[in-house]
Amino acid sequence: MPLLEVSQMTHFFGGLRAVYNYNLAIEQGQIHGLIGPNGAGKTTVFNLITGIYTPTEGDIFLDGNSIKGLETNRIASQGLGRTFQNLRLWRHMTVIEHVKLARYSKLKYGLAGAFFNTPKRVRDEQDTAAIAMELLELMELAEQANQLVTNLPYGAQRRVELARALATEPKVLFLDEPTAGMNPEELNGMMKIIREVHSELGLAIFLIEHRMKVVMDLCEYIQTLDFGEVIAEGTPEEIRSDPKVIDAYLGKEVSV
Amino acid sequence: MQTPKSINFLEWGERIKNWWAALWARYQDVPLISWLAALSVSVTLEILIGDPFSRIMGLSKPPALFGVSLVLNKPALFPGAIFYMLLIYLIPTALVAYFSKGIGNKIAGALMKSPLIITAIIHLGMIYGVLHLWTVTSDYRLLIARLVMIAIIVTLSLNVVNGYMGEFSCSHPGFMALGAYGASVFTLVFFVTENRFGEALMQPALGPFLFPVSLILGGLLSSIGALLVAIPSFRTRGDYLAIISLAFMFIVKSLFENLEVVGGARGISNQPNYANLPTVFVWTMLSIWIINNFVSSTMGKGLNAVRDGELAASAMTVNTQKTKMIAFLFAAFWAGVGGGLFAHVIGYINPGTFDIRKLAEVLAMVYFGGLNSVTGSVVGAVGFSLINESLRPLGIYKWIIIPVMLILIMIYRPTGLIAFREFNIEALFQPKDTQKEGGIDHAAA
Repeated sequence: MPLLEVSQMTHFFGGLRAVYNYNLAIEQGQIHGLIGPNGAGKTTVFNLITGIYTPTEGDIFLDGNSIKGLETNRIASQGLGRTFQNLRLWRHMTVIEHVKLARYSKLKYGLAGAFFNTPKRVRDEQDTAAIAMELLELMELAEQANQLVTNLPYGAQRRVELARALATEPKVLFLDEPTAGMNPEELNGMMKIIREVHSELGLAIFLIEHRMKVVMDLCEYIQTLDFGEVIAEGTPEEIRSDPKVIDAYLGKEVSV
Repeated sequence: MQTPKSINFLEWGERIKNWWAALWARYQDVPLISWLAALSVSVTLEILIGDPFSRIMGLSKPPALFGVSLVLNKPALFPGAIFYMLLIYLIPTALVAYFSKGIGNKIAGALMKSPLIITAIIHLGMIYGVLHLWTVTSDYRLLIARLVMIAIIVTLSLNVVNGYMGEFSCSHPGFMALGAYGASVFTLVFFVTENRFGEALMQPALGPFLFPVSLILGGLLSSIGALLVAIPSFRTRGDYLAIISLAFMFIVKSLFENLEVVGGARGISNQPNYANLPTVFVWTMLSIWIINNFVSSTMGKGLNAVRDGELAASAMTVNTQKTKMIAFLFAAFWAGVGGGLFAHVIGYINPGTFDIRKLAEVLAMVYFGGLNSVTGSVVGAVGFSLINESLRPLGIYKWIIIPVMLILIMIYRPTGLIAFREFNIEALFQPKDTQKEGGIDHAAA
């Protein structure tokens, strides 16, 4: 049984069919890519699986349990961590606070701990901070731990998002265009980090990406989406030579 | 012929600035304990020679609130008040603080080795001592000190919603009213024999000991009220909470105006004086401690995440609905406690006390002091209360000056004086000679 399985998911925004009959199966440790032209519905697929929208039809299973219709935070704490296409960082919070907060559902203390600073809370906060520091070291952000995120350069902000997503202890990590807007140097750094995360933590990764170089280098399996439908799927080699993919990206040849 | 040497104002401004910076630098390493010792010297000095000294300065009695109430009331006496403040408060405090900083740092360093609770109790004891000595000479001061501390509780609790959570709630006077009425009714029914609720059901002597129960009940009552606001308004974001909470405030006010059992528009009186200085002091410190614990925990930081990006917060496992609900009920609880204390300080409440002017005051304290900051709330509550007292002689025109001030703050300092600061209790008590404080904070702000 796959780790994450989506079967026949369809979603309408009013009368607009955003996603149609979408199927997905991600195995443990796999890097799965989702590509497609602008407006194809890639981010909508992400938002549907992570619970920001509830699909009109179809079902979603994580580790064999249906997660369709659950609140976003429940789905996240069951093991779907994600980053956002346009950074969604909390602008008044420091780097380490971001990572610590992603451990919210793993906190062991209750309201009594929050109000009265019990020894249990002190210990739990120390543990949380230690885990957060480890992740920040992995992301090469340890030195900036106590800075406000808004003071960091763009590439570092992307890494904060990644560290934050990892802190939720995901089974599948969703990355929505992790290299968007990056310069070549930052791009290579990000690819190195994604590889490290994949090999060290053995995570399954589901990746939306625009840059072919990134997708082709990283992914083992790729789906191409156009107008909400999967028009091609397979290994990078198969996708590269598929005429439908080329059509979707470059436009159909017009016969006169 | 020589031209007369003109006074170079710029140069003088620069000199004063440098001089001030140099002076301030000398006070950077004065620990809190030295400041408190210095203040206690000043208040003792006032008790000993305040009366004759004030007569020398042309005042009838020592200025009650640092002279602020004299500015508009009797401006002619104001210079005397300034000299009085300088000679009784400012100069002795500055001197004692400066010359005791060596021993103060040693004591603070020694205290660091003992548990935080002991250090805290010693400091709080000194703060209370100063407050007690300051209020012992004047009933007016005693009243103002207690009202200011209640203002601190209410401001902090509103800051949890408007600052830390980033929503705009207007229902705090309503919550205060619920707390005030709840606590008053409990006290009157059980511990006071009067004509509204009849015989006291319990020994009146037990009243002061069960006063915490009455405050907590008042707080819980306003939490229930908060639930009524929260359920419809937290499904969405934006202006809904502001509108619904404003409506709630008016509903509570008219409810009490029409409830004859609690006196209708005339209100209820005869609350015994349970809220004396130590009681209010303890509750204020408790509220600062608990609220600060909450907002500085990872659980409480969930509020900041909801404010700065709710979608991202829920994608990072934060249960946003629950977080918002808890914070709102929590804030309402403390507003209720503040209301209960208020009722027992004044000894009389009516629905008109908790109207839109109360709301303006509390909002002004929060936004004046600074959003998302415990220190800001304390500064806002104290500072605004002092301004409020100094403007009292203006009567109704006060309500022209205060909104104008608020607008100016909103323009020039949109988040308030001391916004987005962490309040670290431990750092407050530390000796100040070893490390430089403030550097990181300013860079972050």
